[in-house]
Amino acid sequence: MSWNVVIGMEIHVQPRTRTKMFCGCAVGQLGDPPNSNVCEVCLGMPGVLPVINKAAVEACLKTALALNCEIPIHTKFDRKNYMYPDLPKGYQISQYDLPMSVNGYLEVRGRKVRIRRVHLEEDTGKLIHAGDKLNKAWESFVDLNRAGVPLMEIVSEPDIRGADEARDYAQELRTLLRTIGASEAEMEKGQLRCEPNISIRRYESDDLGIKTELKNINSFRALHRAIEFEIKRQIQVVESGGTVVQETRGWSESEQRTFSQRSKEFAEDYRYFPEPDLPPLQLDRVWIEDLRRELPELPGSRRARLVAEYGLPVADAALIAADRDLADLFEAAAKASGDNKRTANWVIGEVAPSGRLPSPIHLAEVVTLVGTGKITRDQGREVLAESMRDGASPAEIVATRGLAQVSDPAAVRATVEAVLADNPKAVADYRAGRVRVIDFLAAQIIKRAPQVDRALANELLKELLR
Amino acid sequence: MSELTELTISEAARLLRLHSISASELVTAHVKRIEEVDPLVKAYLRFTPELWEQQADEADEKLKRGEGGPLTGIPVAIKDVLCVKGVETTAGSQILRGFRPPYTGTAVSRLFEAGAVMLGVTNCDEFAMGSSTENSGYFPTHNPWDLDRVPGGSSGGSAAAVAAGEAMISLGTDTGGSIRQPAAVCGVVGMKPTYGRVSRYGLIAFASSLDQIGPFARSVEDASLVLEAMAGHDPLDATSADRPNDVRRDFDKGVKGMRLGVPYEYTQVEGMERGVADAIDAAIKTLEKAGAEIVEVNLPHTDYGLAAYYIIAPAECSSNLARFDGVKYGMSVQDVDNITEMYMRTRREGFGTEVRRRIMLGTYALSSGYYDAYYLKAQKVRTLIKRDFDDAFSKCDAIVSATSPVVAFPIGSRTENPLSMYLCDVLTLGGNLAGLPGISVPCGMSQGLPVGLQVLAPQWREDVALRVARAYEVASGVRAEVASPLSPQGRG
Repeated sequence: MSWNVVIGMEIHVQPRTRTKMFCGCAVGQLGDPPNSNVCEVCLGMPGVLPVINKAAVEACLKTALALNCEIPIHTKFDRKNYMYPDLPKGYQISQYDLPMSVNGYLEVRGRKVRIRRVHLEEDTGKLIHAGDKLNKAWESFVDLNRAGVPLMEIVSEPDIRGADEARDYAQELRTLLRTIGASEAEMEKGQLRCEPNISIRRYESDDLGIKTELKNINSFRALHRAIEFEIKRQIQVVESGGTVVQETRGWSESEQRTFSQRSKEFAEDYRYFPEPDLPPLQLDRVWIEDLRRELPELPGSRRARLVAEYGLPVADAALIAADRDLADLFEAAAKASGDNKRTANWVIGEVAPSGRLPSPIHLAEVVTLVGTGKITRDQGREVLAESMRDGASPAEIVATRGLAQVSDPAAVRATVEAVLADNPKAVADYRAGRVRVIDFLAAQIIKRAPQVDRALANELLKELLR
Repeated sequence: MSELTELTISEAARLLRLHSISASELVTAHVKRIEEVDPLVKAYLRFTPELWEQQADEADEKLKRGEGGPLTGIPVAIKDVLCVKGVETTAGSQILRGFRPPYTGTAVSRLFEAGAVMLGVTNCDEFAMGSSTENSGYFPTHNPWDLDRVPGGSSGGSAAAVAAGEAMISLGTDTGGSIRQPAAVCGVVGMKPTYGRVSRYGLIAFASSLDQIGPFARSVEDASLVLEAMAGHDPLDATSADRPNDVRRDFDKGVKGMRLGVPYEYTQVEGMERGVADAIDAAIKTLEKAGAEIVEVNLPHTDYGLAAYYIIAPAECSSNLARFDGVKYGMSVQDVDNITEMYMRTRREGFGTEVRRRIMLGTYALSSGYYDAYYLKAQKVRTLIKRDFDDAFSKCDAIVSATSPVVAFPIGSRTENPLSMYLCDVLTLGGNLAGLPGISVPCGMSQGLPVGLQVLAPQWREDVALRVARAYEVASGVRAEVASPLSPQGRG
């Protein structure tokens, strides 16, 4: 029996803001002492009122624009009512029937995944139990540092067809969010949380199956595995004659499986109604157009341009376009060096892993110095590091440290001959068939003359050993 | 010194500026008066001696330097729903017993900055839900004019304190009439500003879209001075408006040439007492003699106002009161097996009957399947009521009517029938639904008890409401007298 997989994603993203959604508290960081980023407003004290954080609205609008969403003229906040100890007011301020934006899409490897809505809401606090779950714990503690932290909820249509595509979608979204500066989107820091809704249906059937929602997913790998597990589980349930139950399931990283958390058979009634403490928003269209104009080039289009304009392989273009700073560096350095392929190699192989950004002119100089054989690749790496440290140009560093590579054939030949003369046993071994001794001899050459042109030296070494 | 407790702000301010009296003496006179009459009236829940000493000293320092404004050194009482840092604030509820807010709300802060001296916290109906102060989680307050009768509500303590000379001015909150109605039945001036005129930050919410903070005083001028000090945009309240603070503009210009509307429907409400109707007719004649043109206007949706109000206010309260869950502050029942039981027992034991009734009403009205029929419908009625007022104000500058259809009623006479209690608000709650400014001024007596004249004005036209009320005060010569609860009939 063949099955189609249908996945819709709900992704909560913490926009990049200094303060919380409705008060002046710092958003704080993972590991801050419990209840250290709180005030009367986010503690839900009697008499307090929310005030909208404009930076969060701006981040949400930028995200919506980058996701090709429509931004309605009227939007408002609503109260979602339910009682839980991590929810200080007894309701969450969210958006119900008039979200900030609707009807967009994100292109993932050539396929469009439709976006239903992007809206703003506030996060809840965190419970820590001594004992088991809340209702069995002998003592529970409430940490409200996260309470009131802004969240954008990005809801896709059920357009995703499998675990691979779900992961690609989430990664593409992260890249997009970082590119436009809307969020740091670090999954490990809880700034991006994926909740896939998964169902299966028989091949060529249009009926949607019963869906389950997955939570507790902390990495893209976990996202992929959790979805794969859940698809297999659902197929097994149905093929053995059972039915999938509509529920929320948690992903257990240690057991690598999903487990039932909460049945959704009896839907909770959240009694949504318009938040009377916040007047409806009428978003300034001029502001929105300004934001649209200020958006940087988005990753998808940049990727395509890096392939078309610079002739990069698709994989290299994807790596570079995933980080706006790297992509900016690449384009500037490639233009300066005139060597797109080598510049890309340096950006991907050296700059990206270092986590630091050199000036494009300096990077271009290094690419040229190594490319023309003036210095070795190892030396190039050192020179680049030094130029980032004290700002000197690579050419100056090479000159002052006398690093220029020795490429004169006569001089190189003299060095090689000297090394061979000093190591008669190695030479004999090689000639007796132990060819790997050549590596030892090459190392001796570099030891004797670090600036030697290695390619030339290796050539001569082979020739003289023959 | 007892006459010091009968002064208006402007009279006291003159004496303070001339150094004839000090702020400390003014406070002492009020404390003495409180000691005499509050055991009978029971207007206060708590007193704040540390605050009044410190604030009176600060006021005297300022006055000595020749500084300060009209409110410097003026003793004020604060309704138990307004948060004051470090002062137990309970919204008249056992569920908040012992709660000391870590902050002071904006309106109170502004009064403090203007130099007012806080005497204490006044009693009210629990979470401001009621019209008699009998729903207080502590004890009922008595009307200083007749101790067997209610002071109105929900701000009954604040009204009674000013009426009995236990404070010169006080603050209340008005969600459906909770300032104007007790002001009327206690014979003082009480004003509800336009929704958004005074910041609600620090006001323990009952119904967020209706609540407003306002003053009680013994003259229209005093009320205007307190309002002026509190009014204005507050960055902490997104519903507070950024508008010019012009509430005292044209204050003394009189009503000559103004057109005052008398809504026909407001004269026909269920249970309107003859004595009240007569006093209002006389007051309207006085205004006419003072030069106003009186016209009849219509508010055709008046009958639906009460129903809409009793959907919208409970709906908002059911959400606003969800935070009282025993987790963070206030009462928390601890001998429980699980969190659900803690919620249920804390809320059952902490909230009184009326509050629980309204939470249930509101929860029902917002429930899926009922939302459209109740909450949404009520919001549509609200729009129609606003339109009624817009139409009426196209024919007149202000509306005049009775504030309450009845004078103060005997304690216990309406507690068995919540609907009879809800009817007390029928003339006031339209102003809340439409967000209008409204003021109640004393306009004589019926059965030996005070009657209040209500003036409603268009949004942001507090200046008009105050001007008309002031003109009535001048033309009628009726002045808010200090009641004397120590003598049997209330009048000293």
